[in-house]
Amino acid sequence: MDNLLINYLVPLLIIALKSVFLITALLITIAFLLLADRKIWAAVQMRRGPNVVGAFGLLQSFADLLKFVLKEVIIPYNADKVVFLLAPFVTTVFAISAWAVIPFDAGLVLADINIGILYILAISSLGVYGIIMGGWASNSKYPFLGALRSAAQMVSYEVSIGFVIITVILLSGSLNLSDIVYAQAGNYGFLNWYFIPLFPMFVVFFISALAETNRPPFDLPEAESELVAGFMVEYSSTPYLMFMLGEYISIVLMCAFGTILFLGGWLPIFPFLDFIPGFVWFVLKVCFMFFLFAMVKAIVPRYRYDQLMRLGWKVFLPLSLLMVALTATYVVFI
Amino acid sequence: MIVVSTLFYLFSFIMIASAFMVVLSRNPVHSVLFLILCFFNSAGIFLLLGAEFLAFILVIVYVGAVAVLFLFVVMMLDVEFKSISSTVISYLPIGMTIGFILLAELILVLFTWDRDSVKIIAYATENNEQISNTEMLGMVLYTDNILFFQLAGLILLASMIGAIVLTVNHRPSAKRQNISVQVDRDPKESIENIKVKPGSGI
Repeated sequence: MDNLLINYLVPLLIIALKSVFLITALLITIAFLLLADRKIWAAVQMRRGPNVVGAFGLLQSFADLLKFVLKEVIIPYNADKVVFLLAPFVTTVFAISAWAVIPFDAGLVLADINIGILYILAISSLGVYGIIMGGWASNSKYPFLGALRSAAQMVSYEVSIGFVIITVILLSGSLNLSDIVYAQAGNYGFLNWYFIPLFPMFVVFFISALAETNRPPFDLPEAESELVAGFMVEYSSTPYLMFMLGEYISIVLMCAFGTILFLGGWLPIFPFLDFIPGFVWFVLKVCFMFFLFAMVKAIVPRYRYDQLMRLGWKVFLPLSLLMVALTATYVVFI
Repeated sequence: MIVVSTLFYLFSFIMIASAFMVVLSRNPVHSVLFLILCFFNSAGIFLLLGAEFLAFILVIVYVGAVAVLFLFVVMMLDVEFKSISSTVISYLPIGMTIGFILLAELILVLFTWDRDSVKIIAYATENNEQISNTEMLGMVLYTDNILFFQLAGLILLASMIGAIVLTVNHRPSAKRQNISVQVDRDPKESIENIKVKPGSGI
């Protein structure tokens, strides 16, 4: 019995504590990133953005949280209740669980598994279920149309993200996220990172990540001018909050993923700056990626649906296939 | 060991229960959702066996892509639930026959199963800490069985092209967009400034 306690229960407790810490830190970060998103968006449009709750509106997200939680949960009369309430949970839980394999610093990772990159790919491909289930269970036209659009969009762009990831795997020779970061270390600082040799793939990854997370200009599942709010039309209160939270968590996840794949994870920009902890570099890079996401949202108009599909299947897929072939040739022969 | 076997029984119990629910549930969408749960638990069993690559490929391919398409089709079909239950009886003989054939095959496999061969394979995978799961599979697929692997890929390609050829509907009258022509348009040629007299029109 002692064996069981030491071998399983104590590690289980430690993992649980670590997970709780990670989730709490993540949610607090999301609260401020959400505010940053709105502030950047406002600044581009010469507005002030949220500035009432707390200094500079810093507590705005927490006020929103309270507002959402205290509202009444409305379930449509003909909705499939179980699936309707399950959908937001599916979105949020999958979005959070993908963070288990993200390395924040050398060795600072919850689960350092061999095939972390496949894990992220698998979990992020499941995010679509929350949207389909929510859209179907609402038993209403707009949510259903939004869900169908979203499913087609996410499945299409996953293909090109998969090929982008393959090019990075080919160069680094590992499916472990920490090893991918180590493979980008070198004497020349940021010149060793993969965004330089794989620059076209970095662009494809960035745009596909926008489409994968339903961010503008690819926010067709919730295009308010056509579908009211897409798959979220019937949702209110906490379930809506869960959808929104899941969306933002997967956006930040994509930022972190892009940081690890192309921007050298926790590595410093120049080797002589390595007295600054790796964690700080990682957070700074994720914030930079998030800033790009926010700027795209503020600047670029929404795509039409057929343009979106054309971009995914006729531009990104051939381009990324070509890059996979080129990278493989480089790795094997040169 | 006790933890591993507990997890195994948990996964397999949920897997079998959800497999039953796939067949038993009235609503086809619920059936597909239970099918997804079933896939998940089989991925869990793969993980327990140490086959992490297979587990995640199962989730990516079956849950992430195939089941999404299932769900799509089932939602779009909009079948009436009552009509399904009335036609169940007429499909019963065929279903029973297939079920019995599968059961007989399983029993045959179980009796001719050489337990030692499994032990040897398990030993080989457990004692190869240097070679990861992915590397091992790649070595088997791309060296020993390269011909079958490529053949399977070709069959899939052929069926994909076949499906596209069957469903594509080329109407010459349909208006199409040519993006490069749209981008190349010159404002000098496409915009003209005209002074219009009030009330006369162009």
